[in-house]
Amino acid sequence: MAFDYEQYLRPGKLPHIWCPGCGHGIVMKGLLRAIDRCGLQKNNTAIVSGTGCASRLPGYVDFNTLHTAHGRAVAFATGIKMARPEMDVLVVGGDGDGIAIGGNHFIHACRRNIDMTYVLMNNYIYGMTGGQFSPCTPTGDRTSTTPYGNPDPIFDVAKLAIGAGATFVARTTAFHATQIDKLITAGLRHKGMAVIEVLDDCPTTFGRRNKFRSVVEMMKRLKDIAVPVQTAGQMSPEQLQGKILTGILHQEHKPEYCDQYQQVIARAQTAAKS
Amino acid sequence: MNNPTVKVIEDYCKGCSICVEFCPTEVFDMVGFVAQVVRPEACTRCMLCELRCPDFAVRVY
Repeated sequence: MAFDYEQYLRPGKLPHIWCPGCGHGIVMKGLLRAIDRCGLQKNNTAIVSGTGCASRLPGYVDFNTLHTAHGRAVAFATGIKMARPEMDVLVVGGDGDGIAIGGNHFIHACRRNIDMTYVLMNNYIYGMTGGQFSPCTPTGDRTSTTPYGNPDPIFDVAKLAIGAGATFVARTTAFHATQIDKLITAGLRHKGMAVIEVLDDCPTTFGRRNKFRSVVEMMKRLKDIAVPVQTAGQMSPEQLQGKILTGILHQEHKPEYCDQYQQVIARAQTAAKS
Repeated sequence: MNNPTVKVIEDYCKGCSICVEFCPTEVFDMVGFVAQVVRPEACTRCMLCELRCPDFAVRVY
């Protein structure tokens, strides 16, 4: 049966602003299915975003939502979680917002292992601001600011998150629609910083500059480059060249920041009384 | 279970043709700039069109 997305959408907001074929809509649907599966309550859930195409998402969904300055979504989300630890806090955003402008907030939220779920839609480019290259633009690809090819190597978002200390790191693509909600569900159920990177397509600013003739071609590319992490072990390094691993890449249990901070408060109160 | 009913909400469809291309039984086709259900009887209710439609335009009941 058709999933009732309307119950989580603000009335009268569709059709959304995203371009034809943009994967952000697919990710938003996956996010709503995951929220439904976890039974999150609207009044007890905060969805925070920064600025950019992907950060338009909270405008469509009927939760406590916050659309903040470019790159600062995690900083605002940390504030919400510290003030109201009982709330379920989700952060959504793109690669430019999360890894470039908000990179510092991102790594430190991972380091603290604060209990939030970060859904990062990596479309390889700054879409809304005019197609400038981001730290996730593949080397050699063309953008409005690298018309002769991007000389920079890319950030591997998953490795960055693992290295910074996130306790749940997963990756999927906009093509693998059912995996999106499975991974976000697992991330929401995980206590600690959960980072779910969703590789996405940007047909308007990335695709047309890089000789992708259609949305379908970009989606097929996502299908081709994805390798489930379970099968990657049986593949040779040559076979894995140019591929990306999908699935749950890392999961561990470490003390969560809000719990740790409550202990600090308790110690301070005991010290003040004595 | 009843036969599946596939619906495209034309006001939401932006014509990306993801449903047309990835439907395993070729239920959809592009008519002008929007996708339309042309072979509803072929639908197997796999839901891939609904899952992959970025615009909330395809519904399978």
